Amino acid sequence: MISIQNIFKGFSDKPVIEGVSTQFHTGKCNLIIGASGSGKTVLMKCLVGLIEPDQGSILYDGEDFTQMGTDARKEMRSKIGMLFQGSALFDSMNVEQNVMFPLDMFSKMTRGEKQKRVDEVLDRVNLNGAHKKHPAEISGGMKKRVGIARAIVLNPQYLFCDEPNSGLDPQTSMVIDKLIREITTEFNITTVVNTHDMNSVMEIGDQIIYMYQGKKEWEGTKQEIIFSKNEKLNNFIFASEFLKDAKDMRMLEARGKIDNDRDMESLLK
Amino acid sequence: MNIFTRFGEFLLMLKGMFTKPENWRMYWKELMHQCVELGIGSLGIVSIVSVFIGAVSTLQTAYQFVSPIIPRSVIAQIVRDTVILEFAPTITCVVLAGVVGSKISSELGNMRVSEQIDALEIMGINTKAYLIFPKIAAALITIPMLVVLAMTLGIWGGRFVGEVTGILPHEVFDRGLVDAFLPYNVQFALTKAYTFAFIITAIPAYFGYNVKGGALEIGRASTAAVVTSCIMILLADYILAAILL
Repeated sequence: MISIQNIFKGFSDKPVIEGVSTQFHTGKCNLIIGASGSGKTVLMKCLVGLIEPDQGSILYDGEDFTQMGTDARKEMRSKIGMLFQGSALFDSMNVEQNVMFPLDMFSKMTRGEKQKRVDEVLDRVNLNGAHKKHPAEISGGMKKRVGIARAIVLNPQYLFCDEPNSGLDPQTSMVIDKLIREITTEFNITTVVNTHDMNSVMEIGDQIIYMYQGKKEWEGTKQEIIFSKNEKLNNFIFASEFLKDAKDMRMLEARGKIDNDRDMESLLK
Repeated sequence: MNIFTRFGEFLLMLKGMFTKPENWRMYWKELMHQCVELGIGSLGIVSIVSVFIGAVSTLQTAYQFVSPIIPRSVIAQIVRDTVILEFAPTITCVVLAGVVGSKISSELGNMRVSEQIDALEIMGINTKAYLIFPKIAAALITIPMLVVLAMTLGIWGGRFVGEVTGILPHEVFDRGLVDAFLPYNVQFALTKAYTFAFIITAIPAYFGYNVKGGALEIGRASTAAVVTSCIMILLADYILAAILL
């Protein structure tokens, strides 16, 4: 479990994150959602140590990441995997070399053991025939899957995904979401996903944090989001008329009120 | 950002390179990769530039030597000393500042912008040590070798042109080459080569590593890296000449 307490971060005296506290649970997909500029990427970068928070603590299973020395941080980072928005694959390496890189750097496995592990994770993300392809030769969805394979190859305890669906079509997004969910439950890891994709919210959002102008505005589950009365959250999640109608229908359905065609027609107008 | 802040950042970058490697074998592999990239990759351009510099030196020196009382072998001495003292180390490194400097800067800049450096950091790798140190070390190994090659090819170019144009028969050129030869000049040239090797890798690495933005900023960083490297080479050239000659 990751617990963050009272995180503050600003750039040039402009606050970007103001007093965010929450918990990310093990074996669940924890989502950070919010509009562009709401501070969710900065929060995630604080979580993984790419940005130092000005104030507050980040506890990884009780150990304060912000107070760790260089060696302890290196040790902790070996337990962290991250999928980047643009996949961040190494251009000069092929798929297999990209996934093998963390093993080459940190494991004492033999060449054969490393190859076996790489084959396993590439098989896990359904990329069997792409070992020798370079990042420039594969699609966006495949790049994300290679990114996931690289992130999980060292069996991390914590997985961070920064906008895993950006630039992907809805169908491929679903595949990536499904993969993230399966890996989270299969390996019982703490997954934190930064997204503004509403399909992801409804598909994999076990625990959701909504960020608004640097503050935690709302927290709950995907079931609770439907019935939330938080206006800012509703304006963000159900931004389109279609989604607003869908939410109204879902609420009515839940209350057992869709009992005739008139109600349905009025909702669909 | 003022020049002192940049210089402070530059020093911190250099300090950050010196940590215990996460995996010696991987660092060694990267060092060898960079030796091939910087050293072997620059062989062609260094060879071409050196031969032509030597050739032009012979032609221009002969053109200016009109007095019949000065022996023709002096032309070879002048070509030898100018190539060893100035052309081989300085011109070669100015050319390499463009070739190698822009490559390093754009490579690191692209890695920064596409979050590849962040990905390495997340893995727990000291990116300054893994990405920058092997480049500087590889330059310190290969660039003095390239400078020695440039000296040899420069002198050979001068000798070849002297022979084919009839300005200076090769027997005379060879006699001039060994007359009043000071081995210290080679030592001085190598001192310059090591200094310039550091400049043309460390400065572009700093600009590339600290890129913020996108493709436009990568281009700007490359230009700034090459311009700054060239200026620093000329400045260092003057300082070393003033101190060591």
